[in-house]
Amino acid sequence: MRIAADIFTIVAILTGAFFFLAGTVGLLRFPDTLTRLHALTKADNLGLGLVVLGLLPQSSSVFGGLKMILVWLLVLLASATVSQLIARAARRGGPHP
Amino acid sequence: MNAPTLFGLCAAVLVGFGLYGLIVHPQPLRKVLSFNLMGSGVFLVCAVIARRGAAAGMGGDPVPQALLITAIVVAFAASALAVALMLRQFDETGSSSLSNDPGPAPAKPAAKGEA
Amino acid sequence: MSIALHLALIALLLALAFWTVVARETFAAVAGFVSYGLLLTLAWVALSAVDVALTEAAIGAGLTGALLIGATSRLRKTEAAARAERPGRATRVLAAIVATAVAAAIAACVLLLPDPGPSLAPEVAQNLASTGVGNPITAVLMSFRAMDTMLEAIVLLFGLIGIWSLASDRYWGGRPGLAPVVEPNGILAYLARVLPPIGLVVGIYILWVGADYPGGKFQGGTVLAAMWLLLLMSGLHDAPAVSQRWVRLALVAGPAVFILVGVLGVFVAGAFLGYPEGLAKPLIIVIEVALLPSLAVTLTLLLMGPPQRSESSP
Repeated sequence: MRIAADIFTIVAILTGAFFFLAGTVGLLRFPDTLTRLHALTKADNLGLGLVVLGLLPQSSSVFGGLKMILVWLLVLLASATVSQLIARAARRGGPHP
Repeated sequence: MNAPTLFGLCAAVLVGFGLYGLIVHPQPLRKVLSFNLMGSGVFLVCAVIARRGAAAGMGGDPVPQALLITAIVVAFAASALAVALMLRQFDETGSSSLSNDPGPAPAKPAAKGEA
Repeated sequence: MSIALHLALIALLLALAFWTVVARETFAAVAGFVSYGLLLTLAWVALSAVDVALTEAAIGAGLTGALLIGATSRLRKTEAAARAERPGRATRVLAAIVATAVAAAIAACVLLLPDPGPSLAPEVAQNLASTGVGNPITAVLMSFRAMDTMLEAIVLLFGLIGIWSLASDRYWGGRPGLAPVVEPNGILAYLARVLPPIGLVVGIYILWVGADYPGGKFQGGTVLAAMWLLLLMSGLHDAPAVSQRWVRLALVAGPAVFILVGVLGVFVAGAFLGYPEGLAKPLIIVIEVALLPSLAVTLTLLLMGPPQRSESSP
């Protein structure tokens, strides 16, 4: 049982790290603000979700696990808001189109 | 070489960067930024000293760590005061220059009427 | 954390610090500084200073970043003129030599630190039980070095008075910041409706766990301040005029309770800020609960700057 949980953790975190990597490559390679935001927020939110999912079996208490999920939800909310704000500023003609 | 020493050397370089920026940048905002950088280097030295004092089951000496919390909060208050000063100067003179030389043409003279 | 992770963290910290100093645009430098502050948080964790890490993330990176970004956008017009004042090569070389010398001196001090390092940790561990709190940092902040914490709260207040006194006569006692522009269906207004209830709970929770685990009034107070700032930025709520009585009461209440408990200590325990036997924990909680709202209001108003509008402006 312990082994299964550890394998699940490793697989989920590695997948999460892959999404972070993909998001960062997108941030560096995509041509303009909107596509960069798309790469960054989508991939990173999924990546963080997978990392949290992978850490859940390792959490010592239910309360600790709930706190990690709350952190993920707050990051989702914040990144959705911030990317909207940046996109709006970019459409109005920000410093770097 | 152990981790605290490595972070201590990193802190020394950070103080160097901050000091260089503080001297070289003419904009007051960049000076505040550099000063904060320098301050964080000093804080890091302090944290290294706290880490080296790890004893009695604690990861570090709690006294310098508590002082660090105080220091970070006070550094924010000082930065806020500095920023308020430079924004006020900008409102008054339209410039943020620290130089005594009035320069070729001030962007706008003190137009804001004072009571 | 292994040594390889530490080295990677140090390399990133140094690269971002370098960028902060050499970047051409001030905005780019500030962006570098905020990322630097967040990475520095990891350095505090690596040095087993989790309480400091929380403070750094909240105040060092968060509030200071917001302050500097705001100032950058206000001062953008002066960028070009300021660049012309850049000192000549001779000054820059001299500055580089001085900075290198100072860095080398600090590095030498770090290498020559006594081994094992002196520590007050055993004393703190010995006397921790008498304070009733489980987090040694909170014990130091609220009991062993309570005077420092009290003076810090007062210094914040003095800083705010300094900022307020920069107001022009017309706006004396008025409202700080720009008049709010409400965009009722904007995404920021949405966030400002959803997040504050959660933030309120999180802020108070951080204060409460501070007794036994990393956390405390400064970190919790900053979360509360951030929630109020979100409301102010979204335009849902206007900044209060600084002459209003409730604002001033909120600012003074925390430090006043702190001083009051300190003076009581003179009569009951024989020393300023001395806590009578067995009553240490309740008194510490009273002070912390009183300080939390005061710190939140002080930090918010420090960020908002001097009054810029008259009291009656909408």
